[in-house]
Amino acid sequence: MESGVQNQAESEMIAAILAGNTQLYHDLIRPHERTVYMMALSYMKNEADAEEVAQEAFLKAFHNLATFRSESKFSTWLISITLNEARGRLRRQAAVRMESLDEPADEEGGGVSPALLRDWREIPSEALERGEVRKLLQQAVAGLPEIYRRVFLLRDVEELSVNEAAEVLQISIASVKVRLHRARMMLQKQLTPQLKTVSRESKRRWFQWS
Amino acid sequence: MVIECKHVWNYISDFLDGSLAEETRELVQKHLEHCEICSAILDSTRNILVLTADDRVFELPVGFSERLHARLNREISKK
Repeated sequence: MESGVQNQAESEMIAAILAGNTQLYHDLIRPHERTVYMMALSYMKNEADAEEVAQEAFLKAFHNLATFRSESKFSTWLISITLNEARGRLRRQAAVRMESLDEPADEEGGGVSPALLRDWREIPSEALERGEVRKLLQQAVAGLPEIYRRVFLLRDVEELSVNEAAEVLQISIASVKVRLHRARMMLQKQLTPQLKTVSRESKRRWFQWS
Repeated sequence: MVIECKHVWNYISDFLDGSLAEETRELVQKHLEHCEICSAILDSTRNILVLTADDRVFELPVGFSERLHARLNREISKK
């Protein structure tokens, strides 16, 4: 398995770093930079704070590397450190209302009704070359309520499993699933009409130019 | 047993993750085969997930890596 190979490579690097080859730490964390930054950003309100949190998390991980146990995934461990760092910083800033830290989710409530568009056409991934489409996606994700956004980022952007997401967020697997479902449906509802418009316009544009 | 669209919508996320119980999955599958609306919702949701998972959507700020590794170099060599 690919992840097994990756885990093994990481374990070996970690052993080497602990044995004194600290420069290897740079290589160890490179694949995880975006994940750590995105998770920091999901807690902090701005990019500068998120970057600061990410740097602190990587430093903390380095200093605590000896406590990492190879039964868990390095990425999951790193994310947990990042989220702790972010929560700690939010508490210190005290600028954020307490309920937004551990807001109890409205797990029961009604479902989100999706956008009903029958003639959805696939948006080719080439559309992402256009800043406009990337911006729509970024804005829609940024606009999700934060408890949904965090689950969505972990699961659908950083591709953690449901169990791993539950572990790092310290919530139940059932909560992960409910929040993930809400997040996806909210994105579907908002983005489907927008992306449809984009694709129609772009088709016209391509047609004119060809 | 037949299920309504509203019920199908509740299952879309688990359906995409392949985490529905076999029995439920079959019910949803059957519904999707004849319901254009629900299959369009499923397709659009799947598409959006494909797009948001693309590495080009969420990128690190310019210079992030350079600043991070420069700081690590300073702090790690302090030790």
